[in-house]
Amino acid sequence: MTIEILMPALSPTMEEGTLSKWLVNEGDSISSGDLIAEIETDKATMEVEAVDDGKIGQLLVAEGTEGVKVNTPIALLVDTNESPHATIKDIADKPYLEKEKIPSKPTNDKPISIEANSSLITVREALRNAMAEEMRVDKSVFVMGEEVAEYQGAYKVTQGLLEEFGDKRVYDTPITEHGFAGIGIGAAFGNLKPIVEFMTFNFAMQAMDQIINSAAKTLYMSGGQMGCPIVFRGPNGAASRVAAQHSQCYASWYAHCPGLKVVSPWSSKDAKGLLKSAIRDPDPVIFLENEVMYGQSFSCPDDENFTLPIGKANIEKEGNDVTIIAFSIMVGKSLEAAEILEDKNINAEVINLRTLRPLDIDTIIESVKKTNRVVTCEEGFPFSGIGAEISALITEKAFDWLDAPVVRVTGKDVPMPYAANLEKLALPQVDDIVSASAQVCYED
Amino acid sequence: MNNNMANKISTEPKMNYDLNLLQDMYKKMLLIRRFEEKAGQLYGMGQIGGFCHLYIGQEAVVVGIQSAQIDGDSIVTSYRDHGHMLACDMDPKGVMAELTGRKDGYSKGKGGSMHMFSREKGFFGGHGIVAAQVPIGAGLAFSHKYNGNKNVSITYFGDGAANQGQVYESYNIASLWKLPVVFVIENNKYGMGTSVNRSSAGENLSDRGKPYGIMSEIVDGMDILAVREAAIRAIDYCRSGQGPYILEMKTYRYRGHSMSDPAKYRTRDEVDKIRKTSDPIENIKSLLNKMGVEDKTLKDIDTDIKSVIAEAAKFAQNSPEPSEDELFTDITIN
Repeated sequence: MTIEILMPALSPTMEEGTLSKWLVNEGDSISSGDLIAEIETDKATMEVEAVDDGKIGQLLVAEGTEGVKVNTPIALLVDTNESPHATIKDIADKPYLEKEKIPSKPTNDKPISIEANSSLITVREALRNAMAEEMRVDKSVFVMGEEVAEYQGAYKVTQGLLEEFGDKRVYDTPITEHGFAGIGIGAAFGNLKPIVEFMTFNFAMQAMDQIINSAAKTLYMSGGQMGCPIVFRGPNGAASRVAAQHSQCYASWYAHCPGLKVVSPWSSKDAKGLLKSAIRDPDPVIFLENEVMYGQSFSCPDDENFTLPIGKANIEKEGNDVTIIAFSIMVGKSLEAAEILEDKNINAEVINLRTLRPLDIDTIIESVKKTNRVVTCEEGFPFSGIGAEISALITEKAFDWLDAPVVRVTGKDVPMPYAANLEKLALPQVDDIVSASAQVCYED
Repeated sequence: MNNNMANKISTEPKMNYDLNLLQDMYKKMLLIRRFEEKAGQLYGMGQIGGFCHLYIGQEAVVVGIQSAQIDGDSIVTSYRDHGHMLACDMDPKGVMAELTGRKDGYSKGKGGSMHMFSREKGFFGGHGIVAAQVPIGAGLAFSHKYNGNKNVSITYFGDGAANQGQVYESYNIASLWKLPVVFVIENNKYGMGTSVNRSSAGENLSDRGKPYGIMSEIVDGMDILAVREAAIRAIDYCRSGQGPYILEMKTYRYRGHSMSDPAKYRTRDEVDKIRKTSDPIENIKSLLNKMGVEDKTLKDIDTDIKSVIAEAAKFAQNSPEPSEDELFTDITIN
């Protein structure tokens, strides 16, 4: 009997990985629990254990192969009595055996055009570069958070920082968000510039009092004496299949509060330019990343002085018929929707907000005056969400320019379900943006 | 919880104490008391609004600790903060004007009694959320260590705050990272209306540092010399890079939790007894007497202080309200 050993999923968002090393050879006898391979994911390099006893019949994927999809057979396990290769005939019709090497990235369908003086890097690398560049020029910048140092970051965003800057600049904290957020704030009051990583913003709920009552309000309460130059950063929004307590967009929670700046990048360029600005900013900045975006590659300027201004949106695609307003992962979905809308002869303008507070309402209003129709997109809940706020502002400032009511595309008004089908229903999809856009153009 | 405070005057004449130092401590404690009495009065007149938490009875704690500090040390405390600010040499006029919500207050009238700061004097607030100042104080200690200076953070909190989780999150990190922070627990026996015996499990609040490997002492917080000596030990320890230190000050507040507290949870007798037997100002006064300072000198000091306070009160009442433009300033820096 032959058992296929499959490429395992080693994290909620992992779709593929690198088979970095085989720890067994063809013909080796193995027992359940033996280490057989090392697999590198977005997050970490992990060792894979055998789950059955037997003999390695064949290694199907060569060491060093990148982009091996989850569930691809990577080796064959045969009964110890059978000789290696004995069963290849049985599965010879399977196409993966013909491939010498599984094609690696880029995963995006379309080739990405690389701008001048730029490189193709992932959002993860852009964030890391932003931190490292700022730490090189400003000794008061330091990083603290859970697993940011020795572990190299739970999502590898801080990879290499400990090695370059040492343990006086990069601190692993215990799992006590309330306490370490407060310590970061105290350090900021003491004129340092902490970057506090939350493993995800779901856990920042534990630190909410310190973020709101101490970081956001103290400048005002002190009549301008007590600035708090701190960045709270980490993944926000839905990951994949991690259910209600680990999948939530907190954009509107933080954007609600005066005293905070709230930034949410989409691309690598956004990530680098905005994080550098956030670190340099004298005010507390909430920096909402997205786990699903970490591994995506974009063109990003190499310049160490490249920054993007906080409070300024970017028009990612110009159009005349409808304005689609989005941030973070929803920008990509909006651009996809815009492509589909082209086929319906709807020319959508896509605004990437980049900053949620202060909101670049001028860019929004200018666009509304051109298109007269608006769709807002966010992963968060609809009630009192970012879309609700934008809709209200447009009503106040550009009501006469509207040809249709503003439509919000949001996450559903439910805690995030675990089941794959329900999760998909709960999250805003490209099709939702397409139909909302058609609706405001009265084309549905 | 064993909370027996020293019920008798424990200060004995210690001739090795410099008379000037003792007189300065007396002046400062008296300044705080007279200030608080005036604040209570102004509150009653409707000149001070909102919450107002008086420090009367606890003066020896902050003045004793302040006497052991050096320039550059940072101080952070809760909302019962007027005494701490005066001990930091903040101007009574600016503090009182903040209480009355006027433009010349330390926070331009936008913070009030519970939220006042002076970076210049090393006073980092004035925090209104119970125990929120504890990790902030540990963070200030972090900044001292990070910058490699010899300063320490003095982080005050009450017995009520001592049950908050973030205190222990701070203990843990402060001990792990050897942060130069003196945690001063001002145990005045009541967290609002709940006595420490009814709110806090275990023998002593100071014991709670032990599992984290933090040195601690219980101190008679009504005896300023005991406070000063303990503060010197604690601060020296922190300054030398050995990590945090806990001082549990057994003290007592004579007034209610805030001005609106009828204090039905304790008897009048209890308060009177402590006032009579353990008052920190009377303690040092009698010590000064024994050291040869005449009553008249002490009385003259009191008269001077009363006029400073009267002037501060007048200033605070005459200072204009902040201009309406101030509503939208200081929200963010840029």
